[in-house]
Formats: sequence, structure tokens, C-alpha cells
Amino acid sequence: MMHVGTRILTVEDDERIRTAVRLALEDEGWEVEETANGEEALAAFTREPSDVVLIDIMLPGVDGFEVCRSIRRTSAVPIVMVTARSDTHDVVAGLEAGADDYLTKPFAPKELSARIRALLRRYRSSETMPATMHFDQLEIAPEEGVVRLAGIEVHLTRTEFQLLVELGQHAGKILSREDLLERVWGYDYFGDGRLVDVHVRRLRTKIEPDAASPRFVVTVRGMGYKLQP
Amino acid sequence: MTTVTEERRSIRPVGLRTRISMAFAISGLILSVVLAGVTMVLSREQFIEAREESAAAIAVNNAVRLNNQLTPDATVEDLPSMLDSLTSLEGSQPLVRLRADWLLAPEFGRGDIPGVLTALVDDGQPGQIRAIVAGRPQLVIGIPLPSFDAAYYVVVDLDGVADTLGSIRIILLSAGAATTLLGAVIGWWASRRTLRPLRRVSEAARAIAGGRLDTRLERQADPDLDNLADSFNGMVEALETRIRRDARFASEVSHELRSPLMTLTTTVGVLEARRDQFSERSRTALDLLSQDLARFSRMVEDLLEISRFDAGAASLELTEINVSNFVHASLRAAHLDHVDVTDGFGGRPVMIDADKRRLARVMANLLGNATHHGGGLTGVFMERDSEVVRIGIDDDGPGVPASEREQIFDRFSRGSSAGRRGGTSGAGLGLSLVWEDIRLHAGRVWVEDRYDGGSGARFVIELPLPLDDPTAAIT
Repeated sequence: MMHVGTRILTVEDDERIRTAVRLALEDEGWEVEETANGEEALAAFTREPSDVVLIDIMLPGVDGFEVCRSIRRTSAVPIVMVTARSDTHDVVAGLEAGADDYLTKPFAPKELSARIRALLRRYRSSETMPATMHFDQLEIAPEEGVVRLAGIEVHLTRTEFQLLVELGQHAGKILSREDLLERVWGYDYFGDGRLVDVHVRRLRTKIEPDAASPRFVVTVRGMGYKLQP
Repeated sequence: MTTVTEERRSIRPVGLRTRISMAFAISGLILSVVLAGVTMVLSREQFIEAREESAAAIAVNNAVRLNNQLTPDATVEDLPSMLDSLTSLEGSQPLVRLRADWLLAPEFGRGDIPGVLTALVDDGQPGQIRAIVAGRPQLVIGIPLPSFDAAYYVVVDLDGVADTLGSIRIILLSAGAATTLLGAVIGWWASRRTLRPLRRVSEAARAIAGGRLDTRLERQADPDLDNLADSFNGMVEALETRIRRDARFASEVSHELRSPLMTLTTTVGVLEARRDQFSERSRTALDLLSQDLARFSRMVEDLLEISRFDAGAASLELTEINVSNFVHASLRAAHLDHVDVTDGFGGRPVMIDADKRRLARVMANLLGNATHHGGGLTGVFMERDSEVVRIGIDDDGPGVPASEREQIFDRFSRGSSAGRRGGTSGAGLGLSLVWEDIRLHAGRVWVEDRYDGGSGARFVIELPLPLDDPTAAIT
């Protein structure tokens, strides 16, 4: 019922914001570990991996992108980036560094918990998973939570995995960015399409033999994406 | 006040080009008049002297021949037949004295020949004199024929010269007029060349006024003009620095405000989660706090966005957007899905390349404007032609007077009915952001009367369709 034991690691250099965020997250029943900079955050994550990481991009010392990349090297944990502005390259850079989602300051606690809940839901739901799918050499096994390419397991983040499962379930059909935002991230129509684009790009580097001319996840101009069976 | 300025404006100063052309024309005119005058005087003398010379030569010749024909017993009656055989210069008439008798010309009497000349001739000396005879300038030549006590006179009309001079005058006048006209044309052309750098300056100034602050004048390798270009560029440089500094200041202030806003937003959220535990009074206070915090947040965001536009740092994140889906989603987000949407697309998907976040803000602002200041949204229409797509938002308010239809998009503009329309931010920035966002998309936004004759206003946004329609590419 409760997210018993759900631990959230926050990285934020402004103490007041950090405290306020902790209060809001604790209200949701989550356990919060606060860190004030990148080094502390990486140490804390190595010591005890959390279930979600919330990273402010603007950090003194090791910046948010670097923290994100470091965590991604060893873990598929859901990561939420906090950016100052939504129209900068920060968003794309953060997503490319491995973030699953982002929020723009100042955000309401409700938004934050909604984002985290959406990530946790994806992370934990394994009951209603569809059956294993095969496309050429690509095997998607939702029950196992793994993807294999020519029999070899491919390491995907949970979001990449979820994205591939959604595309696989509708193989041959076009899914618009809005469809994918809703199905994978739980956003409404106004979600940021760059989330989809960057995740598709990252997914391709992992599963496509040639990411420049994709065999599986193809772009349908003006419409969205589809998985070529 | 206004009438004074209008009166002043009604006396339009003559343009620089016109003045330069006029100066050239007047110089041409003066020059040609002087030249023509001198030419006239000189040629008149020339002509008269030439006629006098030939008249004298003919007169001498005629006198010799008359002398040969005369006999001692000849009388005046014999003279006309003799004179007929002589060479006659056009416009000349001979008179002959034979002893005491005169053979007179039809027009002249004896008294017409100046006494000075007759005295000279009677003395045995030939002579000639210019005189006004019968009211006209004439040359009178007299040659004595002493063998027969006779004298040969001829009166040569000098007025014939005037005819020739008349045609010369016409030619000179035409040449003068042509010179004047040519002067004006050269002046017009030269002034255009001279003013070309000024026109470039004016174009550059217009570009700068239009917001392209990086506009500069190119140096033309002309010391006089480069001076102008340098000082102009210096001025723009200073202006740009100043504008950018102001914009950066606004941006930094808004940025600094974000951290406390973040803390406030989050803590107010925490308090709201405990709303039930508060007393009635505390709840009212919390509601006020949270509503105004939301308003404040939006203002800071709007200010930040405006300062980004001012600094020229606003950029587009283009994605392909299905216009119909977008409009319906905007209505859903504003809880206005019950409103009628008139779709003029004929069932075909219409795709545009646009920044979804910005366009969503535009729609939220316009829908909020209709709801809060326009008496409620009454309808939305969509239509397209070959190049643009238009989205119209109708409201039920009193409409916007024609005089305010432009300034309503100005910052902090609230129209005559103060505070009625300021966009959702309540800071009067909403519609100016709409303007900036649409302009950034190379589109247009305006307000007009509703087509259906209702009293309300219709806000229309017009966005360009992509050159290669992506819907056409999918088959």
C-alpha cells in the first residue's frame, strides 16, 4: 500500500529549498536523503542506492550532468533533473546525460510527487506485463524486465525499457509523441516532446545495429515513431 | 496643441533631393541665359557687319556699272531701265540723283537720306551711315558719280537680320530650356547618388528600431562616408550595450527571485497538505498566500520571458504540431472543452512547426483573457489557406475599440477600461507575451470584431504553414 522503504536521494545546494523539498517528499511518505553537492550525492548513492534521484543541474563542483552520468554508469535508477529554464539546452543535455524526466524551477510539490510517482509506477509494475515479443534478433521480455539483441542482454534504463515495450506492443503502428508521453511518462498533451526524442535516440544507440538508419524504431515524419516488426 | 503641430506639419519643408535638383536646374538656367545673351549680342554684330560689307560691295559694283551705262544726255526717265539691270541686294532700294533730279524709291523720300551723307557725297566722297529711316534701322550708302554730276544711293534694310536673329534666339531658348531640364535631371541623379549612404543609414535605423540590434553600417572605403558609418555604428553599439544590460538586469533579478519562490511554493504546498488541520482564519490566510504566490510566480516567469525576448535570447524549440489536436488539448487544459470549435480543415490533419510550450502559453493566455476579461469564451475557429493557419478565439465581452487594438498588445497595457484585459498574469504582460511568441514564430496576432455580429472580441493568431507540408509527405 504505502511506498514503504521508498528512498529518495536529493541533490540541491540551496539549503532552504532542500529542506522545503524534504518536507514535501516526506509528506508523501517517502524517506529522503539530502545532499548538498555532487560529491556527497555520489558517495551517498554508492553507499546505499536509492529508488529515485532528484538532481539540481546547477551545483557547485561536480555539476548535475556529471552526477547523472556517474550514476547511470552503474544503475538504471529513475533520475529527475531540476533545471532553471525549460527552453535551454540544459533539458536536452540533462536527458542525454541519462535523466528520465525533468522539472523546471519553481515547481509545486504536487508536480514533483506526481513525477516521482509516475517513475516509481513504471519501475515497480511487473504484474500486468505483456508476453515476450520477438522482432528479428530483438527480444523484448517484459516479465523478465530484459531486452536481448541476438541473445545478448541489452542494458536499458527503466524508461527506455518502458518506451520499447510500448512501441513493441503496438508494433507496426505509429505512436505520436503525445501518445508516448502519456503512456510512458504519464504526461498530458503538453508534455515535452524532447523527452521522447532523446529517449528514442538513446534507445537506438543501444538496440539498433546502425543508429543512423534504424531498423527497429523508425521516425514517421510529422506523426511520431513506430517499431518496424 | 495638436492643431499647432498639424499646422506646422502642413507646411512641408522641401526635401533635400528636390533642393539639390532645383539648385542644379537654376544653375543651368542662369548659365544658359548668360550664354544665350552673349551669343545673341555677338552674333547680332557679326550679322550686321557682314550685311553691311556685302551691301557696300554690291553698292560699289552697282555704282560702277551705272556709271558705265550713263550718258551725258541721260535723263531721270532713263534711269529705271538702267537700275533694273543692276544686282539687287534683298531688302535694298536704290535712289539716284542726276544733277538736280532724283529717282526715288517708293518708300523713301529725298529727306530720308541723312544730310550728313548727302553732304559727304556731294563733296565727292563715298560714305555709309546707319540710320532710322521710315521707322526702321537702315543702312544708307552713298557713292558719287562725278562724271555725270550724279550720285548712287542705296538704302539697305537691316531688319532682315532680325529674322535670322529671331531663329537663333529660338534655338538658344530651346537650348537653355534643355540645359535647365538636364540640370534638374543631373541634380536628381547626383542627389540620389549622394543620398544613397543616407538611405542605407535610414534602412539600418529602421532595422534597429525593428529589434535587430546587431545591424551595422558597412564601411565604404570613402573617408567622408566612413565617418558617418563609424559614428552611426558607435551609437548603435552604445544603444545595444545599454538595452542588453537592461535586459540582463531584468533577467538576473527574475532569476534571483526564483530560489525564494521555489522555497515559498514548496512550503506553501506543504501547508496546503495540512489545510484540514487549520482554523477557518488560517485557511483563508493560506488561500490568499497561495493564490498570490501563484500570481507572483507567473509574473516572475513572464518578466523573465520578456527579458529574454529583449535580450534577443528567445529561441524556438520547433516540433511538429497537429493544429486541431493542439487546440482541443488547450481547451481541455483550460477546462473549456464544452466550447464550440469550428474546424475549417475539412478533416485533413494540418501540421505546423512550432514551439509547443510557447504556443500553449499563447493559447492559455488568450483563453484566460476571454474567460476573465472578455465575458467568457464563446467559440474557437480554425482555418487554413495555402500559406497560413489561423486560430480565432471569440469572447462575449464588450469588444476592443478600434483605437486600442494595437496597444492592447503593449506591455502593461490595460486598455481604457482599466484592468479588464491584461492576460492571465494580471501584470499586463500576458498579451505582450502572446505578441512576442507569435512574432517569434513569424506569425501575426490581432484583435477584431466577431464575425457573427456578437459584441465580443475575436483574437486571431496566424501562423505560417511549413513550406513542405509534412502531411503531404506521408502516403
